[in-house]
Amino acid sequence: MDSFTAHTGRAVPLRRSNVDTDQIIPAVWLKQVSRTGFEKGLFSAWREDPDFVLNQPAYQGASILVSGPDFGTGSSREHAVWALQQYGFRVVIAARFGDIFRNNSTKMGLLPVVLPAATVEALQSAVEADPALEVTVDLGERRVRWGAESAGFEIDDYTRWRLMEGLDDIGLTLRNADAVAAYENGRQPWLPTTV
Amino acid sequence: MGRTLAEKVWEQHVVRRAEGEPDLLYIDLHLIHEVTSPQAFDGLRMAGRTVRRPDLTIATEDHNVPTLLGPITDPVSKTQVETLRKNCAEFGVRLHPMGDAGQGVVHIIGPQFGLTQPGMTIVCGDSHTSTHGAFGGIAFGIGTSEVEHVLATQTLPAYRPKTMAIEVSGELPVGVTAKDLILAIIAKIGTGGGQGHIVEYRGEAIRRLSMEGRMTICNMSIEAGARAGMIAPDETTFAYLKGRPHAPAGAQWDAAVAYWKSLVTDDDAVFDTVVEIDASTLTPFVTWGTNPGQGAPLGAAVPVPEETDDPAAARRALEYMGLAPGTPLREVEVDTVFVGSCTNGRLEDLRAAAEVLRGRRVVTRTLIVPGSMLVKLQAEQEGLHEVFKAAGAEWREAGCSMCLGMNPDTLAPGERSASTSNRNFEGRQGKGGRTHLVSPAVAAATAVTGKLTAPADLA
Repeated sequence: MDSFTAHTGRAVPLRRSNVDTDQIIPAVWLKQVSRTGFEKGLFSAWREDPDFVLNQPAYQGASILVSGPDFGTGSSREHAVWALQQYGFRVVIAARFGDIFRNNSTKMGLLPVVLPAATVEALQSAVEADPALEVTVDLGERRVRWGAESAGFEIDDYTRWRLMEGLDDIGLTLRNADAVAAYENGRQPWLPTTV
Repeated sequence: MGRTLAEKVWEQHVVRRAEGEPDLLYIDLHLIHEVTSPQAFDGLRMAGRTVRRPDLTIATEDHNVPTLLGPITDPVSKTQVETLRKNCAEFGVRLHPMGDAGQGVVHIIGPQFGLTQPGMTIVCGDSHTSTHGAFGGIAFGIGTSEVEHVLATQTLPAYRPKTMAIEVSGELPVGVTAKDLILAIIAKIGTGGGQGHIVEYRGEAIRRLSMEGRMTICNMSIEAGARAGMIAPDETTFAYLKGRPHAPAGAQWDAAVAYWKSLVTDDDAVFDTVVEIDASTLTPFVTWGTNPGQGAPLGAAVPVPEETDDPAAARRALEYMGLAPGTPLREVEVDTVFVGSCTNGRLEDLRAAAEVLRGRRVVTRTLIVPGSMLVKLQAEQEGLHEVFKAAGAEWREAGCSMCLGMNPDTLAPGERSASTSNRNFEGRQGKGGRTHLVSPAVAAATAVTGKLTAPADLA
């Protein structure tokens, strides 16, 4: 996983609530067995509309997505995270996220930032007024800054550390292989196996 | 202070707990399918890792499979299924491929084999893993990175979610099903209402449900945003499990049941959030919009967006759905009816649909898709397939089918369905398709009239 410390870029406002992962990447795109090429499927149905915000020239190259509440609900498909990253997003800001999407994001180094709904709307309005506005998301300081404004956000220390160091979860867990083996020795004898 | 059911099961599975870190949780059963696993197996290969516990892992083919007999014709789908076969062979994972008697939708086969038991932790790269919580375990969906993590370590690092009680008092009226109840719950608390929580469904109406009904309820926990849904095990649970291929037997059965009986929320336990709902006031429930929280009683009308909690979302949804505010839901005309999926593809669901269709004819395209090959076999032993065929419905092979547009069963742009699946998202059943979520009984009655209909409306 790439490490994430701070990122500065332009932002794109997505004024929709309940952006489920079927919208982020429709199921037809999930048939690939590789981890690449998902950017083509990002919001593929919505991008057919020339007025859709990602199609507007002013927002080309933006790397921070600022969405309405309940972003990434529904399906567990991590392909949604891959599609956002491969399209060029490093950060998604919303008032609420689907739990699985948020989890998947932090495994891949896409930063989900939770801000109050009113703050998200203020940021969306600022970016609509000036699409060239630079937005900085500082994970070290847990703060988003734009223009003269700024807002703090919460993220637990452990996830923040892992993101800033770009650490692989599996490697961290394998350091505790002895504890896993010890646990396995005490499992209840009736628990099923698949063999 | 006492503990909730969720806390008891969680604590039983903590491998390691350290200050400032998520718990390391042991996973008792890992279910695999072809869509979310290929990149995880690739990751193992690249790192030179193996599957730690292939004996706690089981795979099936479901999302891509056609439900008409014959091979997969889409080359991309075919590659994905073949990749699963290669991975399972290489890493020693039991697989139920297309055509196998044990094949079926991943969340149907676990319970059917008796692999899903009370008190277990169960994960799968699929959000509807919450289904398995119906047996009193903690079961939740994960992404591909976590699939790889579980394959490599049989554990997951996770913070314990908050706990929510959904107390369902009273008794469901005749003709009102588990599906109607969960749709009503989601409409009440919203698609984000359960975020960060494990929900325990409790109360008289829940206790009266069959295991099939409980699975329907827990299945859709994710549509309310919950991390997992669960129901305390009881005699209904034990009766369902006894004698299944992977259920304990003999002395182990007695020991297991004794333990399972302790898996109840203590009287003095405190939930972080409590929601109450009276089952006796419910009627058949359907969705009108493009998320599962946008639902209403069948007897209601399409809402006026300005009178909803989120007018902008409601306006967008009605535009997509091609519905005018104020239209009675019973007047909404449907092109296709789908009965199946991990939500409603079990034998009880097929029986409910057959009861309505017996001696009647459908006027819509009607797909009846058993959730597994075993469900198909059992339904045919009861003659249900003859009822469906006589009514003019299509009787298919097992698979995810029209729940999601990954296999040949899809809606055309603008086509409208009444579907027993779990998601009415834009394009979920095919690009431009319009989905109304319903119970199997409402689906069948709708197939008879061509409009959203409850069985009680039929003459």
